[in-house]
Amino acid sequence: MIEVTGLVKNYGTKRAVDGISFKVNRGEILGFLGPNGAGKSTTMKMLTGFIRADAGTASVGGIDVTVDPVAVKRQLGYLPESAPAYPEMTVEEFLSFIAEVRGFRTATAKRERVEHVLGLTHLNSVRSQSIETLSKGYKQRVGFAQALIHNPPALILDEPTDGLDPNQKNEVRALIKNMAAEKAVILSTHILEEVDAICTRVIIIARGRIVADETPAALRARQPGARLDEIFRTLTA
Amino acid sequence: MSQIRPLFKREFLGYFRSPVAYVFLISFLVISVSLAFSRYGNFFKNGTASLESYFIFFPWLFMFIVPAVGMRLWSEEKRAGTIELLFTLPITTLEAVLGKFLAGWAFLTLAILLSFPMALTVGFLGQPDWGVMAATYLGAILMAGAYLGICALTSALTKNQVISFVLSLAACAVFVFLGLSSFTTTLESILPVSVADMVSNFSFVTHFDAFTKGIIDPKDVIFFLSLMGFTLVLNVVALER
Ligand SMILES: Nc1ncnc2c1ncn2[C@@H]1O[C@H](COP(=O)(O)OP(=O)(O)OP(=O)(O)O)[C@@H](O)[C@H]1O
Ligand SMILES: [Mg+2]
Repeated sequence: MIEVTGLVKNYGTKRAVDGISFKVNRGEILGFLGPNGAGKSTTMKMLTGFIRADAGTASVGGIDVTVDPVAVKRQLGYLPESAPAYPEMTVEEFLSFIAEVRGFRTATAKRERVEHVLGLTHLNSVRSQSIETLSKGYKQRVGFAQALIHNPPALILDEPTDGLDPNQKNEVRALIKNMAAEKAVILSTHILEEVDAICTRVIIIARGRIVADETPAALRARQPGARLDEIFRTLTA
Repeated sequence: MSQIRPLFKREFLGYFRSPVAYVFLISFLVISVSLAFSRYGNFFKNGTASLESYFIFFPWLFMFIVPAVGMRLWSEEKRAGTIELLFTLPITTLEAVLGKFLAGWAFLTLAILLSFPMALTVGFLGQPDWGVMAATYLGAILMAGAYLGICALTSALTKNQVISFVLSLAACAVFVFLGLSSFTTTLESILPVSVADMVSNFSFVTHFDAFTKGIIDPKDVIFFLSLMGFTLVLNVVALER
């Protein structure tokens, strides 16, 4: 479903992403790990077509992002890092706007989608509150709701559980897991247990390069008995 | 192109979601009306039933007021990071540019049309030439669009709203000053007259003046429309770079 080959991105003389390749099929949840500044968000931005790669290709559902960006964007649900949203809109207005741009044009279709994601992400209690007055965790949920609104075949989530309370973290993980059967999901995270909990595969990135691409079980088997953060440290050091 | 509608709607209603719209509309009316009644405008004294003294200040007023509307168009999206959200929705850059521009233009048009009570007053006090009046409104709306095209472009160049405002103001000022007689005289002294003429042809004042006299010259209409088209194309380029 998602395929990336040899992606490169330079910022000035600094190479943020240095030849990353991987594939994600439907039913897979790929966990993106790596220290701060490793290039996780940059890779995701190139995959969504928001920034242009300096080399390499990215495609979703067989469509190259540089060839037909709009067709790729239609198939993607994307939660950008820190979940940006229009602050002066209410949650409901914002989600209706996204639904409309995502092709739900009639009032009933729009309302049906908005109600659905409001329920999924437990936003009903704040639906008429303006986004700027929401707490961080609620803002994050709005971003998540927005990414799910069109039930996309591919989901790209940049730190989806960042800022959520423990209950919500589990809730969101369960939600992702339940949806994943017919979707290709990529999520980045700094929580190593998250990988164990929901990911079918892990990619660890350090300084723009992939240093590990395997199942969580295989990652653990690298150093039997060691904690995940110790394995992470040896890989990214 | 059907994607323009939701973008337009969000942007246009966005003006009214914050106090910006009301502050803007009220200040615009207060300033424009008081300029007309000032001793420079002579709304009453010149004894003619027309809005000429009201509209005469528009090129100057727009120089300040349109950047205030246009500065946030892209700068704000860049600052808040919502541009990442916007451009990962299934829309093209052109659709986004048009949606935003048309929303801003509609808002400015609303501001201009809110002066209609002034027109009614003139109609009540005397016998104005409604044709001239309509031409002037058309000219003002077209001119607002041209100003906004410039401001949308400068706004796409920076995420800082202050820089965006100052850049827009400077760019708009150029298009006003090109037409000032003192400026053209200086220009004629250093450049061949034909070149100086061409340069002053780019002035908003010159093109707007014809409308206020009731003349709808295709040349002036095309000037404003092509300036809008040109700045919008550059706007797309600036965002895609
Ligand atoms: N617009 C930019 N201009 C210059 N450098 C940038 C820009 N965006 C990212 N970088 C650099 O690219 C590198 C990768 O950044 P990226 O945001 O992809 O990291 P990340 O893996 O997502 O980190 P984090 O875990 O902190 O979110 C960093 O060194 C960052 O400083
Ligand atoms: Mg990141």
